[in-house]
Amino acid sequence: MARRPVNVDQETSAGQVDGRCNQVWMSTPDWKPAASLRTLRLRAELITRIRAWFSRRGLLEVETPVLSVRATTDPAIESFSTISAETAAGARLYLHSSPEFPMKRLLAAGSGSIYQICRVFRRDESGRFHNPEFTLLEWYRVGYDHYRLMQEVGEMLQEVLDGMTDPLTVSRWSYQELFLTLAGVDPLSATVNELSECLKGHGITSPQAMPGDNPDPWLDLLMTHVVQPQLQEGIVFVHDYPASQAALARISETDERVAERFEVFLHGIELANGFHELADAVEQRRRFEEENRQRRCAGRQVLPIDTCLIDALAHGLPDCAGVALGVDRLLMIAAGVRNIAESMAFPMERS
Amino acid sequence: MASYSTNEFRGGLKIMIDGDPCAIIENEFVKPGKGQAFNRVKIRNLKTGRVVDRTFKSGESVESADVVEVDMQYLYNDGEFWHFMTPDSFEQYAADEKAVGESAKWLKEQDLCEITLWNGTPLLVSPPNFVILKVTETDPGVRGDTSGGGGKPATLETGAVVRVPLFVDIGELIKVDTRTGEYVGRAKE
Repeated sequence: MARRPVNVDQETSAGQVDGRCNQVWMSTPDWKPAASLRTLRLRAELITRIRAWFSRRGLLEVETPVLSVRATTDPAIESFSTISAETAAGARLYLHSSPEFPMKRLLAAGSGSIYQICRVFRRDESGRFHNPEFTLLEWYRVGYDHYRLMQEVGEMLQEVLDGMTDPLTVSRWSYQELFLTLAGVDPLSATVNELSECLKGHGITSPQAMPGDNPDPWLDLLMTHVVQPQLQEGIVFVHDYPASQAALARISETDERVAERFEVFLHGIELANGFHELADAVEQRRRFEEENRQRRCAGRQVLPIDTCLIDALAHGLPDCAGVALGVDRLLMIAAGVRNIAESMAFPMERS
Repeated sequence: MASYSTNEFRGGLKIMIDGDPCAIIENEFVKPGKGQAFNRVKIRNLKTGRVVDRTFKSGESVESADVVEVDMQYLYNDGEFWHFMTPDSFEQYAADEKAVGESAKWLKEQDLCEITLWNGTPLLVSPPNFVILKVTETDPGVRGDTSGGGGKPATLETGAVVRVPLFVDIGELIKVDTRTGEYVGRAKE
């Protein structure tokens, strides 16, 4: 197996190298795959190893619909949609952006721990680390909290990548510790003004269209522009995100400022997002409605809430933690390629 | 006024930033695991030539800059302006010192240059990559010395000074790479 450590530059300094690397696949004729055959073999090997790993641990592999009449309301995700004669007149079907909702319905129905490897779709996400269609590995562990699941993600990565990368170190930071150390600001108490000053101090010109009353986009800007480029090599877990960025995670019982959510970075690349899953149907509905309210305020489409998920939570979701991991990015690291397009046979540009 | 969404950003796109026309050099889409996506771009200010980093919220719209690049023939310099003409429509344009800048020393009448027009006014003049110019001043040529080692300065008909091999004489034509300012070889008309 090839050993090729990946050197992840900061986004800003990576440009020229990127340009050159991109040319390799961009200059091949469109009918040809963007990924090399070596990388495609490595993809197959990686997915085989992942399935074997979950099989050894006794998780059940499941499949859930790619098309649904319901969609995620997450304001930061835009779903593709289509119309079908099979549904009521004019009703839209949405391509899933993650299999989270139906997988939770399976958990509520008593499936026990489950995993899935599937293609998911997100509109308007294209770049060095994004393709609108990509492969997600998502799994749920009944009886786990987010700390125990982080432990398992670390084990899975080390075992699945064994021999494909140099041995991986593991470190763990709370979101607050990480921001205090790498950006010099407390993400749980700073005002928008303080976050804006902090960005200026790091030489970042903020977009003009940033909100004056909501710190989250400012924290996202700091995360992507200041914190992430400084992350160390190896596996880095970041946990206990601000409660305002809980998504589908529980709010911590010991510190209501934070949510029981984590992210996984490998060699500075954001690889996975996990939650100690919210099981409260009322709170889940409230969050969906709040997200739709934000969509309405921004003049964007309001989406049909997944009432089947709400009903499943009302029936009872076992205490569990879940995580979704980008398989293409994992392959980028294993294969040592610098653009996600080079990890896929046919990325969007040549689909 | 036309505008571009960040989804349309790509290298070479011309946009207005702080009232100045700029060209995108590089565009990077960045997004945290959950939350706001951004487009982090490197842009060149076409007036000053300076390169700066800017970040936009993905989905934001930015005003486009009416900037086009046109091949034009250099006609003459009247002491204040450099005059150019499009070879097909014979339209004439006058470029000022700011637009011509360093390119002035490579401009020879009738040569085809690339003119960057902003709202119809020359913003930037780029000389051809290679020009053939006559040597007007240099130390006498050393006959037979084709080693090229060392070299000597030579002043060309446009005023440019380049290093040439010792054998090059006054009155000869030489080919110069304008991007590096280096002598390429002797040339025939």
